[in-house]
Amino acid sequence: MDATVRAAPPRSFSLRSLGGAIRLESLVVLILLVVALSIASPYFLSVSNALNILLATSVIGILGFASTFVIAAAGIDLSVGSVLGFAAVVGALAVNALDLPWPAGILLSLAAGMLCGVINGTLIARARIPAFIVTLGMLGVARGAALVLTNGQPVYGLPAPMVWLGQGRPFAIPMPAIIFLAVAAITHFILSRTRFGKYSLVIGDNPNAARATGIHVERHLIALYTLSGALAGLAGLVSAARVNSGDPTAGTGYELTAITAAILGGTNLFGGRASVVGTLIGALIMGVLQNGLNLLAVSSFYQQMAIGGVLVLAVWLDQLNRGSGRA
Amino acid sequence: MSLLELVDVRKNFGAVEALRGVSFSVAAGEAVALLGDNGAGKSTLMKTITGIYRPNAGRISFDGQDLATRDPGEIRALGIEMIYQDLALARQQDVASNIFLGREPVRRLFGLPIPMIDKARIEVEAQAMIERLGARVPSVRYLVGNLSGGQQQSVAIARALTFSPKLVIMDEPTAALAVREVEHVLDLVRELKRQGIAVILISHRLTDVFAVCDRVIALRQGEVVADEAIAETSMNAVVAHIVGAG
Repeated sequence: MDATVRAAPPRSFSLRSLGGAIRLESLVVLILLVVALSIASPYFLSVSNALNILLATSVIGILGFASTFVIAAAGIDLSVGSVLGFAAVVGALAVNALDLPWPAGILLSLAAGMLCGVINGTLIARARIPAFIVTLGMLGVARGAALVLTNGQPVYGLPAPMVWLGQGRPFAIPMPAIIFLAVAAITHFILSRTRFGKYSLVIGDNPNAARATGIHVERHLIALYTLSGALAGLAGLVSAARVNSGDPTAGTGYELTAITAAILGGTNLFGGRASVVGTLIGALIMGVLQNGLNLLAVSSFYQQMAIGGVLVLAVWLDQLNRGSGRA
Repeated sequence: MSLLELVDVRKNFGAVEALRGVSFSVAAGEAVALLGDNGAGKSTLMKTITGIYRPNAGRISFDGQDLATRDPGEIRALGIEMIYQDLALARQQDVASNIFLGREPVRRLFGLPIPMIDKARIEVEAQAMIERLGARVPSVRYLVGNLSGGQQQSVAIARALTFSPKLVIMDEPTAALAVREVEHVLDLVRELKRQGIAVILISHRLTDVFAVCDRVIALRQGEVVADEAIAETSMNAVVAHIVGAG
């Protein structure tokens, strides 16, 4: 047996240290957008506007991180927008209708999200119903439950500590932005540095390889959808806190925006490759675009077109770069 | 003293009986060929040993431990490794990650009880394993999907051998390889035997089987139809068993 092994070459420039899967084109798009908007609008480039963008992106971003994990494992969670609304309503009702103290409101919001996630995960992993169907069902059930519980009306008025999560500004930084970036840091660590993250990617890459090497695929899938539900619950809590009410229609349509953020950031829709930092960039592209076009007084109808166009463009550039033969 | 012992192992898929009472044993340091036509039950049998499938009846013991109710991770931990025909690799993960799949060493983050994968250790040990095998893999940081078929095979072999197995099951390890690479795999089987590691080799290539194996077991329609020492049989006899003309 001849040893013809060469020494490992130095790492090529791939932003690997940041998670390995960032679509470089997305970072370029984000930078170009920032430069272009800075030139186009005198109000764009400022600390306060940057914080505005983070604030506006926070809820979508948190859902994007949830989608990143699920899509990494070749799954999909279409229910995150509805679960957000359900969790917001549960938290608001807990402190209003049930008169519970505010920590219970926070915990019940998160628990409501997790419960939806456990149900999703169990039906997908144990009953073997496709994730698309299960979470599409949950999209309807969770939204319906939110509307039933509130009779379709927003539940106004939350205790001050809950409102602070949405409106507080420690060191002049909006709390949702802080929560958003904290969740980014934690989920980035989990996805890129822990067994949980590695196994999520491997299950999405080749479930047979995962099983053959002793990874508990079913158990892992349940945990993944539970995580997704918990993050949707957190997003629900933040969005309720921002407007000081539990709105049963909150988060409608957000599931697709969350998926868009993940895909823009380089996550492979078919599983196996994903990056939280990428999703952060993807969410910021949408946030920056929206903010910039608002400053330029462009109609929101055009904004939707722009985001759709950017999504397709980024994926196309990525495919050109990677070549069709590469997984 | 046998290392692996199967007694009357049965496996059904609905009304289909894939394994109808399979019994055989493998000793340490012995290379056993498992032969049979497509659909004879070879893959089902191996997946039942590795814990992917659970037998409906029968007993499987390995090194004094009962396997029938254990999951694939536990069975790997006991010392059974399998190299799958499709290699069971994660193509978007790098070589080092694939070699350590399911067994990643962890270290604490800043000394806190937060386990993170010890990437540096994985890369060093994976590199050492690749070198020991003399495999031609450019770097353990390459994504497996970017490697050639032979290189991917090396990664699958490295994964099977890194954790000192007692039994290695190889499913058609030479089917997709060039002549020189086949010789490499056969040398590897001989080396494993020398180290007292048992090998079960599934192969359609009888020349490979007769070159390295000690014993041949033929399966037909989920039953063992022959269990003979290589020294006491011939290729013609083995072919007759496989096709049912014996």
